Amino acid sequence: MSYKTIIEDNIDILVVGAGLGGTGAAYEARHWGRDKKVIIAEKANIDRSGAVAQGLYAINCYMGTRWGENNPEDHVRYARMDLMGMVREDLAFDMARHVDSAVHKFEEWGLPLMKDPKRAELPEGDLGKGAYMREGRWQIMIHGESYKPIVAEAAKVNADKTFNRIMVTHLLMDDAQDNRVAGAVGFNVRTGNYHVFKSKTVVVGAGGASNIFKPRSVGEGAGRVWYAPWSSGSAYGLLIEAGAKMTQMENRIVLARFKDGYGPVGAYFLHLKTYTQNAYGDEYESKWFPELAERVGKAYLDTENQHFSHKPIPTCLRNHAFISEVAAGRGPIHMVTVEAFQDPHLEEVGWENFLGMTVGQAVLWAATDIDPKYINPELTTSEPYVMGSHATGCGAWCSGPEDISGKIPEYFWGYNRMTTVDGLFGAGDSVGGTPHAFSSGSFTEGRLSAKAACKYIDDGKAEGINVSQKQIDDRKEQIFKPLETYTVGRNEIVGGTVSPSYILPFPGLQRLQKLMDEYAGGVTVQYMTNDKLLNMGLHKLKILEEDLEKVGAEDIHQLLRAWELKHRHRTSECVVHHTLFREETRWPGYYYRGDKMKLDDENWHVLTTSQRDRSTGEYKMEKQPLYHLVGDAEK
Amino acid sequence: MPTFVYMTRCDGCGHCVDICPSDIMHIDKKYRRALNIEPNMCWECYSCVKACPHQAIDVRGYADFAPLGHSVRVIRDEEKGTIAWKIKFRDGREKNFLSPITTKPWGSTIPDFRNEAEPTAEARNSELLAFEPESIRLDDGGLHTLESNNLELIEGVYY
Ligand SMILES: Cc1cc2nc3c(=O)[nH]c(=O)nc-3n(C[C@H](O)[C@H](O)[C@H](O)COP(=O)(O)OP(=O)(O)OC[C@H]3O[C@@H](n4cnc5c(N)ncnc54)[C@H](O)[C@@H]3O)c2cc1C
Ligand code: SF4
Ligand code: SF4
Repeated sequence: MSYKTIIEDNIDILVVGAGLGGTGAAYEARHWGRDKKVIIAEKANIDRSGAVAQGLYAINCYMGTRWGENNPEDHVRYARMDLMGMVREDLAFDMARHVDSAVHKFEEWGLPLMKDPKRAELPEGDLGKGAYMREGRWQIMIHGESYKPIVAEAAKVNADKTFNRIMVTHLLMDDAQDNRVAGAVGFNVRTGNYHVFKSKTVVVGAGGASNIFKPRSVGEGAGRVWYAPWSSGSAYGLLIEAGAKMTQMENRIVLARFKDGYGPVGAYFLHLKTYTQNAYGDEYESKWFPELAERVGKAYLDTENQHFSHKPIPTCLRNHAFISEVAAGRGPIHMVTVEAFQDPHLEEVGWENFLGMTVGQAVLWAATDIDPKYINPELTTSEPYVMGSHATGCGAWCSGPEDISGKIPEYFWGYNRMTTVDGLFGAGDSVGGTPHAFSSGSFTEGRLSAKAACKYIDDGKAEGINVSQKQIDDRKEQIFKPLETYTVGRNEIVGGTVSPSYILPFPGLQRLQKLMDEYAGGVTVQYMTNDKLLNMGLHKLKILEEDLEKVGAEDIHQLLRAWELKHRHRTSECVVHHTLFREETRWPGYYYRGDKMKLDDENWHVLTTSQRDRSTGEYKMEKQPLYHLVGDAEK
Repeated sequence: MPTFVYMTRCDGCGHCVDICPSDIMHIDKKYRRALNIEPNMCWECYSCVKACPHQAIDVRGYADFAPLGHSVRVIRDEEKGTIAWKIKFRDGREKNFLSPITTKPWGSTIPDFRNEAEPTAEARNSELLAFEPESIRLDDGGLHTLESNNLELIEGVYY
């Protein structure tokens, strides 16, 4: 192919993917590395890229330590309960102790944070619960349509250069020292040029994975998924291929959302105080809990004492009730909005919540004449997503901060948020074991990574990096191969999309989704799987991988889709290995192991990790200890 | 569709192409106007709609569940710092909303660290991030640590 090779050399910190995590990294890197070369390589345009492209109506992680509301350990308790015991408490505590400073900066930069009029009038000392409008204990409300352009500004001002429209396909490895990163490569989706970034450290913030399971939407609507269709699992694909240890990849998330539009329900439940009922107007949730408590145990679902203990009911268990009620034939489940929407203020919040975050839901209601003031809309459970910053903890196994994790060898190897590959850091969805970080926490993790990356360089750890010409040339050939495959194969046939020698990216994606859905517990099988199905799934993924060697791309845009598909495939493979390894149903409502329906704390109160061998492709699965730093006493 | 472009309004300026996070707004070679080349990869995120200076882009709900005859239009005004929405139901009812998008003039408030004082060596070796600890509590309180919060790591368990 005749595409130019463009080399950017001597980079100190390369930020791959500048969503909320990546922008935080670029911003902070400049503070600690005044003289360092900071470069962003982003697949889209950082002004509107990533999960926050549409905007958000809430910041879901804000402690309010300033107002005496919560301490970091409170958040650890909450996240741990929601994840049925499983979080990296060192990382969660660390994120929570810094997150407020990010939110205060966002406000300084112009993000309109809503104020609680009742509280704002009180004198400073009497603010009690704080002046920001609380949606819930951890969430504050914002007018966040321009959240992303505002934080992108912070990254652009402080980076040396932002390369938009670069699909990063692989990380570069150091040829001088094993297991050390040396940059990344990719191609420009507009010009087709091959880009080589030689860098001492890399912060990967390339986002979670939507569309690896068959979506509920079909045909023209297939892009209507809750997590953005451009979240192609690159954060995982890039890291797994580089040999980084991954954790919690079995912890895929299923969300209860407004049907078809996937409008989020958070503001509805928390601020509007709406509630759900089955098709016959009955409360159904609590009915399913006694049976479920048998399976998960009192530590996670104390049916008798729940309203004394105020322990939140884990999100997955509420899903379980939803799924069971629908399976029992009493669906659909409705959100009761007609009461709340009689209040004009709440009605406005209800609509603006979508306009600022999930416009598709407003479009759907307009198209179907559903005004929630008069009709209670339907809810649904989504297809599963793999991501590490929402209520799930998928991602890389990372080092914690020295003052918290320093004495634990399994949790600490010197640099905060560094993966098990030297010089390779994560942020947001790419960091494992830190659920409930959300947008503000992802930005914070980016900041933590960048500071640690500067230290890594200053400590001389990146000396003597060498990238051979062969590595650069081999990657180039590999990246552009789908164009070659198409050009050659295209001549064999009259036309159309069906060829005996290549598959196009979209049918390839559909094949991946079908097999993940059917073998790894997607919507069409009620999130159910077992060891036999998972093993068959792995076999089929292997064959799909062989076929992906023959993926064809008609143009540069399809080349983008081809590489997104490969990252999704790698992510899926890792998910299946993890799901097979954890021999229990830890999160009923996210997925069920039909052969191991019970939660088994005796054998599985542990974190799981995997590591893919770079040369053989074999996965090594391990259990890792779960250290608790916070007691159970709820405050 | 979900986004589509009105032939008579588009002048091919490319703002939508520049912004679409999914890389699906492209300029048609023959007509020299924009189009959505891959509707099934569109999130209806409205980034392109907001960016179009001629309001040439519209959205028609996804065909797998949305009937025809509705519209959700938007005008995002950077200078005023507001965004205005007009929702038209299939049966003709309308709803209008207006929200702020920023409280500060664009590009005026983000510090370029190159112009700020160098961080101290002590800060570099601590767990603090830029502007911390002041920016956390907005008082003199320090960063939370295990010691300050009386926490201790409890031994992990291997099975
Ligand atoms: C509908 C919705 C509602 C949400 N609601 C809330 C809420 O109310 N409050 C809240 O706090 N959080 C909310 N979240 C969650 C929040 O948006 C995410 O937690 C956060 O954005 C994750 O940050 P990230 O940096 O990991 O990923 P992202 O922000 O998704 O960024 C990933 C970036 O990587 C880029 N990229 C991907 N692949 C590549 C590649 N191969 N090469 C180069 N670049 C690449 C992408 O273009 C993108 O810019 C919501 C998310 C969604 C989708
Ligand atoms: S709505 Fe969003 S995804 Fe769809 S074409 Fe416009 S910018 Fe792209
Ligand atoms: S931004 Fe509007 S006018 Fe410009 S190319 Fe796109 S549709 Fe046409």
